[in-house]
Amino acid sequence: MNLLKKLSVLSDAAKYDAACTSSGVKRGFQKGRIGNTASTINGCCHSFSADGRCITLLKVLMTNYCIYDCKYCINRRSNDIQRAVFSPKELAELTIGFYRRNYIEGLFLSSGVICNPDYTTERMIQTLSILRNEYYFNGYIHAKTIPGTSPELITQLGLLADRLSVNIELPSEESLTTLCPDKNKVSILKPMGLIKNTLQENKHDLARYRHTPKFAPAGQSTQMIIGATPDNDRHILTLSQGLYRKYHLKRVFYSAYIPVVEHTLLPAKDTKPPLLREHRLYQADWLLRFYGFTAEELLDDQHPNFDPYLDPKCNWALNHLEQFPVEVTTADYEMLLRVPGIGTTSARRILSARRSAHLTYDSLKKLRVVLKRAQYFITCNGKIADGLRFTENSMRTALLSLEAKDLAVAGEQLSLFDNQYEARQRS
Amino acid sequence: MNWIECSYEYDGSYHGLLCCVFDSYTRRERPISISISGGAQTSLYTVHLVQTDMIHARRVLKSLYLKSCKAASLVKQSYLTCLPDKELVIYRLICKLYDEGPDFLKNPTDPAVYPLHTAIRHMSGELEKLRGFIRFSEFNGFYVAEIEPKNRVLPALRNHFCNRFADQAFLIYDRTHKEALLYSGGHWEIGPVDSFEMARPDKNEAQYRTLWKTFYDTISINERTNSRCQRTQMPLRYRNTMTEFQNADYFIEQEPPLTDAAVHVSLTTGD
Repeated sequence: MNLLKKLSVLSDAAKYDAACTSSGVKRGFQKGRIGNTASTINGCCHSFSADGRCITLLKVLMTNYCIYDCKYCINRRSNDIQRAVFSPKELAELTIGFYRRNYIEGLFLSSGVICNPDYTTERMIQTLSILRNEYYFNGYIHAKTIPGTSPELITQLGLLADRLSVNIELPSEESLTTLCPDKNKVSILKPMGLIKNTLQENKHDLARYRHTPKFAPAGQSTQMIIGATPDNDRHILTLSQGLYRKYHLKRVFYSAYIPVVEHTLLPAKDTKPPLLREHRLYQADWLLRFYGFTAEELLDDQHPNFDPYLDPKCNWALNHLEQFPVEVTTADYEMLLRVPGIGTTSARRILSARRSAHLTYDSLKKLRVVLKRAQYFITCNGKIADGLRFTENSMRTALLSLEAKDLAVAGEQLSLFDNQYEARQRS
Repeated sequence: MNWIECSYEYDGSYHGLLCCVFDSYTRRERPISISISGGAQTSLYTVHLVQTDMIHARRVLKSLYLKSCKAASLVKQSYLTCLPDKELVIYRLICKLYDEGPDFLKNPTDPAVYPLHTAIRHMSGELEKLRGFIRFSEFNGFYVAEIEPKNRVLPALRNHFCNRFADQAFLIYDRTHKEALLYSGGHWEIGPVDSFEMARPDKNEAQYRTLWKTFYDTISINERTNSRCQRTQMPLRYRNTMTEFQNADYFIEQEPPLTDAAVHVSLTTGD
């Protein structure tokens, strides 16, 4: 099999992994080495594929042979697909060739389990060590940890990679036992805990000895599949919150389940991937990490799932109208962040601008604070925006998200418009 | 005492622009327009051709740094943007700085600062995209890329690429402004280029292009196709120089094999 064929088989097998970030580590130019990871703090996107997802890293599997038989997975043992294996040398060479042409920011290496987890990880380590020690590659590497790998190998992998990740895959243990008979909760959480502890030790060592080799300087992340099992949003979000708090994860990725196989335990093959639900979960995830929200505030027993028509923050604000309006000239950062439509950038701009000048609605616009949603929840110098009249009902209609307008029954809206139009024509 | 209103022409360089400020204050003139000399514009005002003098430029620069370092970097960055009449906007900012001191710089909504902030934001957006979207092609160990930006991005991109590919000899050609960044063995130069034509790919290069195109097409999930999102993240204007959007013949090895003189570049010394 030639390289082109291998690349197409093994990137096709890897595409369902959502993580493709190069953020979290700043390592500048080093003499005698190729590359840096210091482009910006948020990483660097090198392209966007037709599905709108960014391409930052060369995302491939080492091999798509797998001894496991997870029901939802395209690479499961019982699936009749073409299989391929990269040799460590050719994968390293390909990465360097792509990197030098500025196609990619680095490598995302995952793998099907071939023979056993340890053997698979050893092959990954071999690839990374060729990259780092023979090609002197200084760019970004994200490596996937295979559940069941021995701790020594994980440590070795972490010393070569920038970020490690262990995929949780399914949000609850019941789902895991039904769909992945070969995996269990412990085998996933154990390496995660190990990485967390090693990271902490490494941080401590680095403070003492400057030249300690860095272990996964960009931390660890995980991914779970949304919509393959009946777990609700509240469960998923609480789990994410627990992971952020307990395991200090940098990111939890959500991946809408795309039916790749017909199975009685899984959604039918013609089910559309729950993209809007995935989007809502990402929005809520951001609220957890940057906006000081907790999972309990966003969802409760009466509302275990997100409203598809409203984004999570709007939803929260509408349920807590007693806390609004917020006065932008005096409110603190935490409260500004709770206003729908105001994010971290806008909040920071407001804080710095009001130190040196008097804020008005006009200057808010110049600061590029988007008022489309925020205007219902703020006052500026005690006044609401000029010409804004609303009732609670009209406010709710105006706050419906862009996606919701696509969801709404098109016929109903059209007829409403037509009636108005006709009425105007007649008068 | 009234200053005389007149119209300025300069050579288009950064130091030339600073000399406009110098001349304006020494000649007690208030420029109504500042344009690059050689343009076909006629003016109702008397035209003064500003001579670029490094000593004058340095004196202006020093005065900026004495007032505020932030102002100096603001001026330097906005000089590279594609803001229409940027010279006049920069001139007004400097005048205000001399009159009032640097306090107004803290307010991004200030009428003197706001247009420059907007222009710089536009440029930094373009920079962020280009850091990722520039595509190099390899010819006998020499890497060449072509871009078509709106702003003069090369000085701002230099640091990133020279750090990243420190051991690599490369050239980035800016089609819009007809200038190029050349880097080799730790030395770089930015200067005007008379003519530029990308060489034809050899076997190795054609293979890498094909590999990348294959990877790009494979990695997309068909069930999630969202070209609107793709267009937002990667506007169409960047795509003409990107490997993955080229025609089929871009991926085919071409004869005749390339010679060392395939890249015709003549550089004048930049600074």
